[in-house]
Amino acid sequence: MKILVTVTEVAEADDEFEIDGLSIDERYLTYDLNEWDNYAVEEAVQIGEEHDDVEVVTATVGPERAEETIRQALAKGADRAVRVWDDQLADATMIDAATKARLLAAVAEEEDPDLVLAGVQSNDVAFGATGVALAAELGFEWAAVVNQLDLDADAGVASVHRELEGGVEELTDVELPAVLTIQTGINEPRYASLRGIRQAQSKPLDVHAPADLGVDLGESTLSLTSLEEPETESNVTLFEGSAEETASELAEFLKERGVGV
Amino acid sequence: MSDVLAVTEHRRGELRDVSHELITAGRQLADATGGDLHLAVISGNVEEYAEKLDRRGVTEIHTVDYGEEFNHDVYVQAIEALYDAIGPQYVIAPNTVNGLDYAPAVAQRLDLPLVTDAVDMTVDDGLSVTREFYAGKTEGDVDVAGEGALVTIRPGEWPGAEGVGDAVVDAFDVEVDEGAVRSTVTGYQEVGAGDVDISEAEVLVSVGRGIEEEENIALIEELADAMGATVSSSRPIVDNGWLPQDRQVGQSGKKVTPDVYIAIGISGAVQHVAGMKGSDTIIAINNDPSAPIFDIADYGIVDDLFDVVPALTEEFE
Ligand SMILES: Cc1cc2nc3c(=O)[nH]c(=O)nc-3n(C[C@H](O)[C@H](O)[C@H](O)COP(=O)(O)OP(=O)(O)OC[C@H]3O[C@@H](n4cnc5c(N)ncnc54)[C@H](O)[C@@H]3O)c2cc1C
Repeated sequence: MKILVTVTEVAEADDEFEIDGLSIDERYLTYDLNEWDNYAVEEAVQIGEEHDDVEVVTATVGPERAEETIRQALAKGADRAVRVWDDQLADATMIDAATKARLLAAVAEEEDPDLVLAGVQSNDVAFGATGVALAAELGFEWAAVVNQLDLDADAGVASVHRELEGGVEELTDVELPAVLTIQTGINEPRYASLRGIRQAQSKPLDVHAPADLGVDLGESTLSLTSLEEPETESNVTLFEGSAEETASELAEFLKERGVGV
Repeated sequence: MSDVLAVTEHRRGELRDVSHELITAGRQLADATGGDLHLAVISGNVEEYAEKLDRRGVTEIHTVDYGEEFNHDVYVQAIEALYDAIGPQYVIAPNTVNGLDYAPAVAQRLDLPLVTDAVDMTVDDGLSVTREFYAGKTEGDVDVAGEGALVTIRPGEWPGAEGVGDAVVDAFDVEVDEGAVRSTVTGYQEVGAGDVDISEAEVLVSVGRGIEEEENIALIEELADAMGATVSSSRPIVDNGWLPQDRQVGQSGKKVTPDVYIAIGISGAVQHVAGMKGSDTIIAINNDPSAPIFDIADYGIVDDLFDVVPALTEEFE
């Protein structure tokens, strides 16, 4: 069995930051493995540990910098990785879900996986669309926001729980091959061991341009035209001073309202 | 081609609030394009839903009477068929767990550009959608090239439509290809109730990822004890198994409306805010002044929780 896991790096802004044109100034950004993908990788690695002959391959649309993130996934137990990128992608203000889906589908067509796991969303852009768009592109079945997964590979069915709003879960049987978007909390992602980190350095990481995969990107349908800190509608009153001072002011305020008295 | 098609949502026999918000958002778009507003009502008790959806501004309500509950394969086929029949310029859907389970597939099949989680939309030369980036710290405008688009709207951003409408109801026949329905909903399950019901609490001390380690949760429990408050949390704390699931506030957890909600080391992600924005007084303790939680907080302290929380506990002891 082969499992493809989509993996992306995400940018996190520092507490204080500046916007430079259409993005946050690089100096204030830190890159890391997307939280949701971390759970997806763990789920795939666990399936690999429970079944014989499972290969876990990661697929990433991202720049060379993302290889650090990809190595994290390899260190946690993925077997090898594929990364897709070129200058046109690098120049885009935004890469829409359809483009990501086409690129990842091209990788999937070469790999021919039985199961694809994606994160529900990325922390930074949070479109929440790549996994389901990929399923449609591949003609695979799918399920979004999965927080429990039981795989019956022989029957070709994944029995999943989809986490709906308000503490309700939908129980669904999904025919394989399928794309599942994985929700946080589905498992306990491991930390990479030192041995894992060492091994990750020598695991294969192939890089392709879209053209190598036969994908003609065409014009982007979406473009970002402005980025700003939202005008705050906030009416927040801040208590200022040392921690002792602010704590004492807040305590007084709360006690006046009858809290803790 | 200037019409708007809005796909409404229901679950287990009830229309969801976002359906009426879609009417408002859809009307806003249709006014800008000079077109009609069509609603799609798919599966379940469609006639009853159609009646409840007949609000001012709706032109036509298309009901697809097939199946009881949401199934994305049925939705995708029904929306495609409606799209072909109506030929709308824009399709809008809710940015909910189910909305995100079909919208990207519909966009892919209809070759429509997709923008999710819209908080505003304007139509000038073309469609421009406002949404958040970088975990709510920034907001940007996304321009859509070409004629049509599919947009999912964030629940709670548009007011629900009111007034009595005079929409035409059209029972729309869809030949569902059952062979293409490759997933089956077998049931529902509700998260079990624990010993504490946080939605009943008057004062909640809520802890987020800023607490860093499981052993530090004790600091929050001590504060709650001293104040006579109840402990709740954001999602990562529950995902990590540091608190039970019934303590989670938010979209997939509980909706709470206490007199006082104290968010400690919680950034204020939209899915968290969905569960606590109805609190009377919101207090945030966070060392990041740009954290979105301060946009909805009434009072705040921008400082390290590890300094503030013990000092606050002392004040109450
Ligand atoms: C489908 C779906 C459903 C979801 N449902 C929910 C839900 O029901 N509830 C929910 O909460 N989330 C939910 N989420 C997750 C949500 O998107 C966020 O990831 C989550 O709310 C973040 O939790 P947090 O604020 O604790 O963590 P973070 O966003 O990591 O924020 C931590 C905060 O702590 C602050 N901090 C760090 N150190 C300190 C310190 N020493 N002193 C003071 N402050 C500090 C930081 O500045 C930061 O603002 C859902 C997501 C999805 C996709």
